[in-house]
Amino acid sequence: MVTLTHYLILSFLLFSIGVAGVLIRRNIIIMLMSMELIFNSVNISLAAFSYYLHSLSGTIIVIFNITIAAAEVAIGLAILVAVYRRRKTVYVDELNKLRY
Amino acid sequence: MEQIFFYIFAVIAVVAAVSVVVSRNPVHSALFLIVCLLQVAAIFVLLRAPFLAATQVFVYVGAVMVLFLFTVLVLDIGRETVVEYMHSHAFAAVGAVVALFVVLAYIASRGTITVPQGGFSEEVLAKNVEVVGRALFTKYIFPFEVVSFLLLIALVGAIVLVMNEKGSKS
Repeated sequence: MVTLTHYLILSFLLFSIGVAGVLIRRNIIIMLMSMELIFNSVNISLAAFSYYLHSLSGTIIVIFNITIAAAEVAIGLAILVAVYRRRKTVYVDELNKLRY
Repeated sequence: MEQIFFYIFAVIAVVAAVSVVVSRNPVHSALFLIVCLLQVAAIFVLLRAPFLAATQVFVYVGAVMVLFLFTVLVLDIGRETVVEYMHSHAFAAVGAVVALFVVLAYIASRGTITVPQGGFSEEVLAKNVEVVGRALFTKYIFPFEVVSFLLLIALVGAIVLVMNEKGSKS
């Protein structure tokens, strides 16, 4: 029998991997992908709560969450392309100036 | 039976997620992320939410990952060298993340939920898309409109951000 705890542990595992990716990688694209992992872990736990507490609200919130994630990726990658055109780098250590 | 499938999906998802973080080539990372997102879609099916699974495949695998792959190809980054790969504080960061996971797992395994647990009702199981759609267009109509407006803003913002300024060539 798969219980709520199983899904929560899986969700926390993916969340931790995502946080580790944001912390240890220098490539900003990989950091954005790790943020997608974090979004997905949250979606899993929301869907699991929705199912096990038989309430539909969690499912609806997951749909909104996916929409927000799509918007976030579009904006994030647009900023990344704009930054790369000027600075010719994608490594966060080298993006250390506020003005160009 | 359900347990076997849960463990298959969970193990593949976690392995793919670790590969996303550790692989050197951004294209490999993107492909591993696609695998991970597909497993998450399968887990949505296990949670009796087929509409969510379909949305996950359409939006994430279809749109978001194509955006990622296009960006990687356009920027032409290629394989990273060892020096550029990770931060110097990577070990400390991994230790902190492991500690975070231990705390979270302890909370999840020890915590109790007092409300009665159980699956969806028969109606939600049989007509998942219909029930979700009705809730979206009645009870949650205002957040729905707000989110659609937000998507419009994101679209315009993305175009403005990457637009060439007048006269400049690049």
